[in-house]
Amino acid sequence: MTKSSNLRSPLGRVLGHGSAKEGVHHWWVQRLSSVALVPLTVWFVVSLLSLPAIDHATITAWIGQLWTAVFLILLVLTGAWHSQLGVRVVVEDYVHGSGAKALTLALATFFHIVVAVAGVLAILKVALGGAG
Amino acid sequence: MTERPLSPHLSVYRMSRYTLLTSIVNRATGLVLSAGLILLVYWLVAIASGPAAYRAARAVLSLGVLKAVYVILLATFSYHLFAGIRHLIWDSGHGLERSQSQRSAALVVLGSLLLFIGLVWWALHAGGRAP
Repeated sequence: MTKSSNLRSPLGRVLGHGSAKEGVHHWWVQRLSSVALVPLTVWFVVSLLSLPAIDHATITAWIGQLWTAVFLILLVLTGAWHSQLGVRVVVEDYVHGSGAKALTLALATFFHIVVAVAGVLAILKVALGGAG
Repeated sequence: MTERPLSPHLSVYRMSRYTLLTSIVNRATGLVLSAGLILLVYWLVAIASGPAAYRAARAVLSLGVLKAVYVILLATFSYHLFAGIRHLIWDSGHGLERSQSQRSAALVVLGSLLLFIGLVWWALHAGGRAP
């Protein structure tokens, strides 16, 4: 029988979940979303500053373009996802007491979902010509 | 909760350390950008609600206080972008030596400062388009 050099059980090693009990999932999606947000945020800031005007007609025409709507939806979804992951670790680090921590995490999660759904629906409504 | 000292406990760190400063500022700017996301969605919902609702929202969005917020958002975006790229490079296993880390910290500050100044200049010279 080979002697293991660490104290982790063979099952624990195979599952690869470590002491956090959820493996590297949080870490990985945080990185994945940040990589996606580099081009998305740069595109958004550049597009916004390049618009000739920001009256209702100009903005709705801009969002009415297919790829604008696609990138905006991706920006809102990826941004909300990345924000949720980031806020989560801040709460985990600084909100103490298991009750307060669980409540804050739940509220932050709900809030991010509301923001994401409202953003996506607003973009879709404008893109599909429903904003007058 | 346990009574063990749990990291991070800000009060015991030496705040003058560039390692700590670049890290905590990245986190703080991330939180500010999360608030910015709310502003973005408020703007999108206002557009979707029609011209009259958008006019009312623009009256709110063009308040002086919010103009200061836009400047802060440009600054936090600039920093979080560069600091985030620095983290991604670290995650690939590069740039972890102390000298490299010190250099990248300086690059992050310099790069984000230049980007911020450039964006503010652009926004000001975009010509009467402020909301």
